[in-house]
Formats: sequence, structure tokens, C-alpha cells
Amino acid sequence: MIICTKNMDYRLGSQCQFVQNQVIVNSEKERASLLCMKALANRGRLDKVSQQMASHPQYLESFLRTQHYILYMDGPLPLPYRHYIAIMAAARHHCRYLVSLHSAQFLRVGGDPLWLQGLEAAPARLRHLDHINKVLAHQPWLTARSHIQALLKTGEQCWSLAELVQAVVLLAHCHSLCSFVFGSGSDSDITTTPRVHHGTPPGCCLCDAANGNTALSPPSSGPMEKMLRRRSLDSSCDVGCLREQIHKSQDEIKERKGDRLHSQTLLHSDVEEEEEAMFSTDPSRFVTDPEFGYQEFARREEDHFQVLRVQDYSWEDHGFSLVNRLYSDIGHLLDERFRNVASLPFPHSPDLKRAIWNYIHCIYGIRYDDYDYGEVNRLLERGLKLYIKAVACYPDSSKTPLCPLSWTPVKASEKVHVNLLVMEARLQAELLYALRAITQYMIA
Amino acid sequence: MEKMTRVSTINGRTMFCHLDAPANAISVCRDATQVVVAGRNIFKIYGLEEDGFVERLNLRVGRKPSLNFSCADVMWHQMEENLLATAATNGAVVTWNLSRPCRNKQEQLFTEHKRTVNKVCFHPTEVNMLLSGSQDGFMKCFDLRKKESVSTFSGQSESVRDVQFSMKDYFTFAASFENGNVQLWDIRRPDRYERMFTAHTGPVFCCDWHPEDRGWLATGGRDKMVKVWDMSTNRVKEIYCVQTFASVARVKWRPERRYHLATCSMMVDHNIYVWDVRRPFIPFATFEEHKDVTTGIVWRHQHDPYFLLSGSKDSTLYQHMFKDASRPVDRANPEGLCFGLFGDLAFAAKESLMSAPASAGDVGRKTYPGGDRRYPIFFFKKPDVTEQFAQVSSALSVFESEADSSAGMDWFINTAQSYLLSGKPFAELCEHNAHVAKSLNRPQESTTWTMLRIMFSEPANPSLSTNHNLNKSGNLPLVNSFSMKEMSGALNERNKENRQDNIHSLETNLNNNDENEETEGSEGQAEYLFVDDELDDDELYSMEHDNQPAEESEYLLPQEAFPLRHEIMDHPSAPEPLQEKQESPHVSGSEAESMCLTPMESFSLISVSQQLFSPHLPPKFFCPIVKEMLCYYAEQGDVQMAVSVLIVLGDRIRKEIDELMQEHWYMSYIDLLQRFELWNVSNEVIKLSTCGAIMCLNQASTTLHINCSNCKRPMSNKGWICDRCHQCASVCAVCHHVVKGLFVWCQGCSHGGHLEHVMEWLKQSKHCPAGCGHLCEYT
Repeated sequence: MIICTKNMDYRLGSQCQFVQNQVIVNSEKERASLLCMKALANRGRLDKVSQQMASHPQYLESFLRTQHYILYMDGPLPLPYRHYIAIMAAARHHCRYLVSLHSAQFLRVGGDPLWLQGLEAAPARLRHLDHINKVLAHQPWLTARSHIQALLKTGEQCWSLAELVQAVVLLAHCHSLCSFVFGSGSDSDITTTPRVHHGTPPGCCLCDAANGNTALSPPSSGPMEKMLRRRSLDSSCDVGCLREQIHKSQDEIKERKGDRLHSQTLLHSDVEEEEEAMFSTDPSRFVTDPEFGYQEFARREEDHFQVLRVQDYSWEDHGFSLVNRLYSDIGHLLDERFRNVASLPFPHSPDLKRAIWNYIHCIYGIRYDDYDYGEVNRLLERGLKLYIKAVACYPDSSKTPLCPLSWTPVKASEKVHVNLLVMEARLQAELLYALRAITQYMIA
Repeated sequence: MEKMTRVSTINGRTMFCHLDAPANAISVCRDATQVVVAGRNIFKIYGLEEDGFVERLNLRVGRKPSLNFSCADVMWHQMEENLLATAATNGAVVTWNLSRPCRNKQEQLFTEHKRTVNKVCFHPTEVNMLLSGSQDGFMKCFDLRKKESVSTFSGQSESVRDVQFSMKDYFTFAASFENGNVQLWDIRRPDRYERMFTAHTGPVFCCDWHPEDRGWLATGGRDKMVKVWDMSTNRVKEIYCVQTFASVARVKWRPERRYHLATCSMMVDHNIYVWDVRRPFIPFATFEEHKDVTTGIVWRHQHDPYFLLSGSKDSTLYQHMFKDASRPVDRANPEGLCFGLFGDLAFAAKESLMSAPASAGDVGRKTYPGGDRRYPIFFFKKPDVTEQFAQVSSALSVFESEADSSAGMDWFINTAQSYLLSGKPFAELCEHNAHVAKSLNRPQESTTWTMLRIMFSEPANPSLSTNHNLNKSGNLPLVNSFSMKEMSGALNERNKENRQDNIHSLETNLNNNDENEETEGSEGQAEYLFVDDELDDDELYSMEHDNQPAEESEYLLPQEAFPLRHEIMDHPSAPEPLQEKQESPHVSGSEAESMCLTPMESFSLISVSQQLFSPHLPPKFFCPIVKEMLCYYAEQGDVQMAVSVLIVLGDRIRKEIDELMQEHWYMSYIDLLQRFELWNVSNEVIKLSTCGAIMCLNQASTTLHINCSNCKRPMSNKGWICDRCHQCASVCAVCHHVVKGLFVWCQGCSHGGHLEHVMEWLKQSKHCPAGCGHLCEYT
């Protein structure tokens, strides 16, 4: 009986220690460590994203709160829908990390494993969301009243306004999170994160497998399954080995994708905790029209796409009121996020911060009457501009290599800060376009 | 006197004109003859003629106008009729002089603000003083004779949304901020504000000084509130608060009406509301003309309360006449009804409505002897001559339930506890429940259960098995005999004519074979009986459940008409039972309490009826009737019966009844059960329900409060880490992970962990997995 082998080190504790070592620099940072430990204990893991954000604890807190709220708290959409929408959104940017994360969570909240075969397998209602997902992800300025109208048109598969608003918030949140994940490089080394077993009940799969309790799940059928089992057993062996193993099996996975999905549907979702790492579900399954991508807003301007003037439709005045009305409390949570990111201490001048923010919005066709865009060129060096643009518009590690980007900040936290700015500015931009379209729909 | 003449000079009607572009703000000149409209792409002056707007001047000149023309706000000087100021979205403050001879009327340009200027405001009496408030958090005061600002006020906080000079205090102005604060400043002291208070949560979009009351300031915010503050005292005091429907973009006091103010919203809501601050729950008047959000409102003349001008994003400019406003109060429903904690009922209604049925109420008292006492309380509002609010005086009646009202609901509790809803064959459930109902003196329900059993029993063994049963044990026939007795009892109590009628109609119906009409026909009769006995009062206070038990015990007769009807209906081709019934009164009338009946009678009824229907009629045949019966019970307020039958019948009836209706019944019943603290029953009902919405109720509020295992204090928040000692709580002693599912622990040494782990461990070892040396035991 392998209940307490010597390999079963105190993972949780050691990871807490790791977190503490990482973030405790001064007493202020203690808050961050506590937050991280909470998140860790809560979900059995500390994801890369939270680890990165931990250098800005006050922001991390509001980020986690928002994320928890939109994914798990009161809202019109059922939980599996929320995760599936998150998968769809992350898949637009080929963010394997988020796709696999939400795939696992999707199953854990009782989603139908069949849906994970791809967008075609999902209900029509979710498939209808694909178009707005695509537009918001890459060219949000194209979002129009007609999109909203089409989704809300009464019929069997129609959306309610409240559901749609939640879906839009989710989409925007995940799109922008893709940017952050890409910017922080969390996507590439997805499998290297040391993991603990987690979920309900943690470590269960390990022991179940050990105790032969797996009788619950159907007897293993393919080599893939066996491999999973094997991994379950020796998952506590050292990470490098694990990685190697995964690399070896990578091709196999690709080959047996179909098979694997089949076996997935048979598997008990509870037993799949450990599999999370293996959920390198191919994002392209959830994507239609993969060629659709970001296009320079400026070049399209002659196609009478009007710029969105913040003075005419701003988050504070308009977006907030609308979103808060249709999806209660989310306005306050998002507002807190925007405020928090704006008030983060920035080592350089506040002008630089504003330049970054406005530059991102400018990329997405949002203009500030009261801003001189010459400032952007003056304050932002070319490397930084390229970096920002890549992170904001092409956060797709399969296409954009991050390494050649020449911008190297002095401190790691600075990079995180810029990533946060990109994420929040992008989130706000998408929300503004989507909410403006909803407003237009409501007026008409 | 002066006022009067002025008012008389202004004439007009509700009118509008199309603008070329959405408006952001409007302002009128002092003599109320012209209005200026400003927006991103519009800057025009319109003359106000009696029958329409006339464009007077376009201030937006030049081929490609600069952003200086893109106005966020505009104000017309109230002393100098040729002077205007605009706040540009690019941060410029511009003044315009209409008396300039050339086409470009721009006079001065101040570009001192770094961000959008949200608001400009001229001093009400000082010609050359202009104030601006900007997104950059600064307010600047300009002397129009100079090229630069004379003083800068720093709010030390976020964006300034509005600035307003006080009407009465020469040196004072108010500024409202995006973070919810309002500051009062002395124009001579730019270093520090005089006062600051938090007015709203979220941005304060607007503020307005009362034109007459020195210290009153109205503020409107994104939190959908309008608040009126009294500044005259040492402490700023909120004296009125109006909750509107959407974030408040503008607020303007109404001239000549001390308590009135107009508001418009920034999002979603396109209407303009005029509120009486003393009546904060319903707008005094509403203007509903705009198709998009209203961005600017202004009273046309500072002493005329009847004309309101408004500009909107829908590119129209309106003049609203007060007489054309809609008055929501007229459409409001001034009735209210509420249950008290102990079953008391309060009911408020217009006096005019209440006075008439007052007599009926008296009669009602007779109908419920020893029932309710009435406490009519009348609230009168002192009529205020100046107030045009529709006077609504409501009469409030409070009906107190009897002290033993809970005893009156005993039947409900007993029934809920004794009914069996699952776990036995269908027939036995019905039998049991019929027993229960019977023993609680609820014959109608009892009969219904029996009927259900007969209707839906397995069609496979109808006559044979029944007969078999009859021979074997007296159990089944006994139940049937109860029903018989009830029927007979009902018949017995009925007056002769009615019975005759009923039977006649039945007989005719037997010929017609028309179920539906028959049903309605007999129902009508029954209803008639009801009405006759209970008087109109019941209609008025039908919400009062507490009287029902009393009624039921008193008026057995009309209720029993229903099952009887079903019974007859169910056996349309059985003349014998009818015969039986006509005879039965003689039998049961004499022995109202005795349980035993001559078995022969019931035998004959049952065997005949069952033999008759079983080969021909599938259970489905009865669904419409059962459905009707359920609806009837639910409408009578007896959801208990409806839900119980629904559960017991299960699939037999479920598809026949509207999902929503079922859900509604379930909800009502569960609510009732929970009020009576019948948690177990309510849980059982939830478990047995087939509606998705109901079943998920069980998954709500499953919170478990725990203490930290290290420091023994309560875990304050969600999560698995104790706030105080920063340790993971409830760690499994075997695998050292946090336990999130079943946790088992030893009562001796208080160590524990995952159920399976501890089980496994203790199979191997006798000692505690934590290594404390305790000899744990798992049983």
C-alpha cells in the first residue's frame, strides 16, 4: 500500500514555502503570500498567472475576486457554460494553458465531455457565440448591434441579455488573460509547474489508483490510459523525469487524440484530476475561421470604421452602468480592477503609464480627445511598443515567438506591470465595444 | 409682480427640432428666448419661437473644425447675453462672444487643463469670472480679462465631474468628484477646500444649488441616487434622498417649486423625471419623448416652472410643457398587502375603494365567528396647496389572526409529516395517505387519494387481484368503504334538490358522453354552493389562509361535491353505483363516526366499477380529470395536496401538467413547509421533485462552518488557510493534503483525515496516523 511512501513529500507545504521564499521580500508582501497560499489551498495549485501577479498583491486580490465571481458565483450562465466559453475565448489565441485549465474545470463542474471534442459538439447556443468571440478577440471594433441582435433574436437557441452580458465579460476577461499569459511566458512551460493533487478530495486519485479503487472507472483500454495510470502512480517523482515522459508521449497523444477523447468520455471526471496537466487539448478544435486575426485599425479607417471616442462612450460613465445593471456587481469588481491597475506604483513617470494605456487603446481604435498621441512615440521606445503590440494583438505563442522581442525591462515586476496594463486596457477596450453594441441594441 | 409679467410673456407648446448631431449639453440665455446646443459635432444657437425652434447661428465654423469645438459642456452667461463658454473634450476652455463682427465668434482659448474639461460655470453675478472642472482633477478660475487662469484648485483626488457656483454665497462653489466626494471651496482660498464629504458611492456626476434655499445642494451619482444636502449647519446633513432608475447625469432644481427637481440619466433610461424630494418613491412627472439618453436639461426661465428644454443623443432638442408631462402617480396602484410574522394581514387601499366594502367586512365578521378583529387605521396627509401631487390617502386595515392560529394549521403539519410520498407501491401510498387525511378529518382529500388509487392502479390485475385482496384481507375494501361513506355522507348532507339536479345532469351526461361540459356544469354548481355560504367577503380577503381550516371544518358539504363528481365521472357507464349512493345515506348517516361499514356495499361498488372500467380505460384516460383536480387544490391554496399527489403519481401525471406550474406548486409548498420548520419533509419533497429548478434547491446553502485545527478559532473566510495562524486547516493525517470531502477524525486524539485514507490506515495499523501514539479505532 503506497499511502505514505517516502516519495510522498509534503508537497503542499513545500510549495507554500516556495511561494513564501519567492514573494516575501518585505512585510508588505506578506499579504501576497497569504493570498497565494489561499489560492493554492483553495484550488490545490498555484497557477503561473497568480504567481506572476503576486508581485502586485493588491491587484492580485481584485483579479482573483473578479475571476472567482465570473466563473463560480451568482450569474445567469450554468457553470459548465462558463468554462466552455472560457475555452472558446482562450482557443482564439491558441492559449493551451488556459484551454487545458478550463477544460479540466469544465469537466469538474459536470460538463459533458463530448463538448470537448470541438465546437461542433457543443450546443448550438454556444456555437452562436463563436462569431462575437472571434470579433472581440481580434477586431473588437467590428462588434455591431447586429451581432447582439442575432444572438438575442427570440428562438429556441436565443440568449437572454443577462446571459449575453456575462458571456461577453467572460470572453473579454479570457482574451485579455491570454495576453497576460503570453506576455509572462506561462503558456510555453505549461508542464513544468510543480503540481499538487487537488480538487475534491485531493490526492484521492493517487491513492485510489494505489488502492485499486479505480474499479470505478472502466478498465483501461488503450496505452494512453495506461500511461495516465502510470503517471498517477509515480506523479511525485521528479519533475524533469515527468517532463521527459510527457515529451515522449507527446506524439502518441497526437496520434491517439480521437481515442483519447473517447476514453475521456468514459472516464469518471473525478479521477481525472491528475490528468489536468495532460489536458493539452488542441485549442484549434474550438476555433472556426482560424485565419481571422488582428488587422491594423488605422488601415481600416477608410472603411468608415469610426474610432470610438472615450469622451462619447467611457467605462466610468457608460460601460459601468450598463454592465452593472445587467450583471449585478460585476461593474464594481471590474471597476476595482481598473482602479487598482491604474494606482499601481510605477517606477517611471505616470505619463509613461498613460502612454502605454492609450497606445493599447489606440491599437484597438479607441481615442482620447485629450491626449496628444505624439507622446506615445516620444515616451515608448520601439522595443517596448513592439512588445506591447505583440502581447496585446498577437498573444499566440504558436505564431509569435516571444524571445526575439527585444524589450528587456530592468526588473521582472516591471514586465509584469506592463503585462497587467496590457491585459486591463485590452479588457476595457473589448468591454467598451461590446457594451456599446448592446447599448445600441437597447436603444433601437 | 415682475414674475407674473415674465411668465405671461413665455408661451409655447411641446415642440422639438432635429439637430445634425447628438447634443452633449444645452444652455439658455437669460431672457429665455434662445438656447445653445453643444456637442461633439454641433454648436448652434436656436431661437425659441412660439411654434418652433429656429436656427439662429452656427458657431462651428471652419472647414475642418478643431477639437476645440468638440464640446462636453456649454454655459450661457446669465448677466452678459453675448457671452458663452464651452468645455472642450480635448481640455480647452473656450469663451465665445456673439457680438464679434466676424463669423468666428471665438474670443478666448484657455488650454491649461491636461485632460477633458467636464464642466464650465459662470459666476451668477460676476461678469468676468469663469470656473472649470476637468478630468485631471483640477478646477481653474478664469478672469476673462486676463489670458490665464487666476487660481487653480486641486481636489487632491480623481476627476472633477461638476462645478457650481453657489447662488447665494458670492465666494462659494461646489465641486463633485469621480470618487464620490463633494467639496466646497472658497474662491479666495485656492490652497484648501472648506469642506469635503462623501456623497455617493462611485462618481458624483452632477450637483445643483437650490435657487432659493441657501444651504441646499442636490447631487446625483452613478449609484442611481439623488441626494439633497443641507450645508447650512456645521455638519453636512443629507435631508432627502431619491432613488432613481439609472445613473443620474444631470440634476436641476425646478424654479418656483421648492421641493421639485428634474433629473435625467446617462445610460439606459431616456426619460426626464421631475421629482418631489419629499415623495422619493415615484416621480412627480415624466417626459418620455427622447429616444436616446438625455444629455442636457435646463429650465427655460429661472422663474418659470412650466417649460423644460432638453437635448439628447438622439439628435433632437425638445421643449417640454409641464402640462403635457405624464404623471406616473395617476397610473400607480396604491394598494398594498402584507403578512405579518404571526399570520396577521395588513391591507392598504385607496379609501374610496375601502369605504364600500366596509359593510361587507362587517358581514365577513359574522361569517367567521370568533375570527378576526379589524383595526382600521386611517392615515391622512395634510393637503398642501402648493403641492400638486395627487393626494392619495390610503386606508390601512390590519387583520389579526386568532391567537391559536398555529393550531389552525395543525392539519397541515400533521399531514405533511404523516403523508408517505415514496418507498411503497403506488396503491399502498394512496391508501396510507387516504388514512392520514381521514384521520385528520379531511374527508375530501381522503376521498381523492382513494379515487387516485382506483384510477391508477395496475391495469393488469384489476378485477381478479382486487377480488383476491378483498377476500384475503379487509384492508383494501375498508379504504374503499371509507370513500363510500364519505360520498354517502356528502350526499346525506346535501339538500334534496341539489342531489336530484346532480344526478339528473349526470344521467343526461351519461347519454351525451360529454365529459368536459359535465365537469364544468357540476363545478358551477359546487361553486354556487361556496359563494352562497361564504359571502363576498371571502373574495376580498381570500389571501387569509388562517380562516380556511375553520371553513373546512364547518362547511364540509360543498367540498365534498368534487370527489363525488369525479367518482361519478370515472364510471360513466355504471348506473349501479348511483343507485348505491342514493341508498347509502341511510346507512352512513346514522353512524358518522364508526369506521366499519357493511362490507357488502363497498364490495358491490368496487367490484362493479373496477370490472367495468379496467379493460377499457387506460390510466391515461383520467389524466385530464386529475390535472383539473390538482389545479383545483392548488387554487384553493392547498398546494400540499397538489404536490403530494404530483409526487405520488409521478410519471403518470407529470407530463400532463405545465412544468412552470409544477415548479410553482413545489416552490409554494416548500416555502410553507419551511415556514413551519418541517425541514425533513421539505427536503424529502425537494428530493422527490422532478423539476430541475427544485432539485437544485438542495444544493444551495450547504456551507459548513469550521474551526481551525491549529489555533481552534473559527475559520473566518472561505478557503483552507487559517487567517490567524497561516496554516492549512483540516489536513489529512495520512496524506497531508487538505481534506475537502468527507473528514473523519478520532474522538480520542482528534486526528483524522480522508475517510478512505483513515480506513485504509487503520486496517494496517492500530495507532493514529499522526503518530501521536493514540490507539484509534474505526468502526
